[in-house]
Amino acid sequence: MKPQSKGWKDIPIAGVCWASSKEYLTGDWRTFKPVRDLEKCTRCLLCYIYCPDSAISWNSGKGDIEFDYNFCKGCGICANECPVDAITMVFEQENGKNDSG
Amino acid sequence: MTVAKQKVLALSGDEAVAYAVKQSDVDVIAAYPITPQTIIVERLSEYVHNGEVETEFLCVESEHSALTACLTAAAVGARAFTATASAGLALMHEILYVTSGCRAPVVMAVANRALSAPINIHCDHSDTMVERDSGWIQIYTENSQEAYDSIIQAFKIAENPEILLPVIVGLDGFFLSHTLENVKILPDETVKNFLGVRRFPSVKNHEGKLVPFRLDPENPLTIGPLDLYDYYFEHKRQQEEAMRRASEIIKQVHEEYANISGRRYGDGLIEAYRMEDAEIATVCLGSTAGTVKTVVDKLRYRGVKAGLLRIRTFRPLPVKEITAALENVKVLGVMDRACSFGGFGGPVFHEIRHILYDAPTHPHVANYIYGLGGRDMSYMLINQIYQDLQKILETNRIEKLVQFIGLRE
Repeated sequence: MKPQSKGWKDIPIAGVCWASSKEYLTGDWRTFKPVRDLEKCTRCLLCYIYCPDSAISWNSGKGDIEFDYNFCKGCGICANECPVDAITMVFEQENGKNDSG
Repeated sequence: MTVAKQKVLALSGDEAVAYAVKQSDVDVIAAYPITPQTIIVERLSEYVHNGEVETEFLCVESEHSALTACLTAAAVGARAFTATASAGLALMHEILYVTSGCRAPVVMAVANRALSAPINIHCDHSDTMVERDSGWIQIYTENSQEAYDSIIQAFKIAENPEILLPVIVGLDGFFLSHTLENVKILPDETVKNFLGVRRFPSVKNHEGKLVPFRLDPENPLTIGPLDLYDYYFEHKRQQEEAMRRASEIIKQVHEEYANISGRRYGDGLIEAYRMEDAEIATVCLGSTAGTVKTVVDKLRYRGVKAGLLRIRTFRPLPVKEITAALENVKVLGVMDRACSFGGFGGPVFHEIRHILYDAPTHPHVANYIYGLGGRDMSYMLINQIYQDLQKILETNRIEKLVQFIGLRE
């Protein structure tokens, strides 16, 4: 979450959530990033089903899946489950730029 | 406001607490039986069974569940009560922190009892002293009348929208819980009007809407979720702030209550007994104070400038008030009904001596650990403490800083 600099006088008591979880970006927790081999991928959507963070979505316009790196925590379940080994977990570089997927 | 006409009932401390809860229009009671608290919830279950109260009584499988039920009831906006002692309180330990962290204004009576092992059902303060840092307000009562009065006050303190902290009202196991006393009872209507209904502060929810601080499907709210290094610290600071504010509210509620009942316990935080010109004095909590007052009276009669400072509210610790009350004391004996094994004296000693570090004058401060597991604290033993204080006053030195009183060597 980026608006994370509020002081104790400015936040609600008891941990009450004052923002939606959509605003709490958890992608920066990631150490390893899933990178997809577009040649190997069969679009079977198993990764989409297994992703515990709903960070993989189906873009019907493109007819392809997309990783949402704002929320992917890099757990590697997608890579583990992929039946054709199309997903590789790559060590996240400084600034996190391994654009693919 | 005028003092209400009151009836006098012969009640044990437990029954007095149950009567106060009955009059406080409590929505939810969840409890698990444990001596010496059991009579409190037994009486309450009878009130529920007889239709004398409109209260949901939850029989649960443990104290851990009892407090969880009360916490969640309070989170949806109910007035919730539970009671426990000793091992029961220890089993609640985890949920004590969850309750205060969720700012759920649960009121709990603790019939103070020793912790095992060896197993012991009698009074000492080791059960609540363990929970000193759990974010609960702690009030220790001297007699059953005060236990009755304090329960009613506790709801008003806990539910104050500026505070929203749970409250423990301690009554010494057996000495108070099982002893009959004449207790003055306010009329039902008076208590009802004094407490009113719960009011809720507004908080901003995740949709950016201002909603009442309670769980309500119409106005969804998340209370107490995951909170890591980014915000946990800030939330703990808020709890500390609420504790600081609570001192004034406790005094205020105590004063409002005095106006309808005619009863006062010092200023609600501390009770200074014959302290005006006292040279030697003790500090104690709970029912022991009653006997100490008798000793002080006898000493005063003989011309000894003796006094007593009873701490009624132990959390929040009334630092300012204690400092002022001890201003002119030359020798102080702090009495602890709990032991901090391997520490430097008992828990009350730690706090009082710590407060005095910044005081303008530094009296001699000795610690007397007494009454563990219900060991009787007699007139003679208290007198022995004052003799010891007198000796320190005369010789200007403490021979033994921490002593065990009433222990066989």
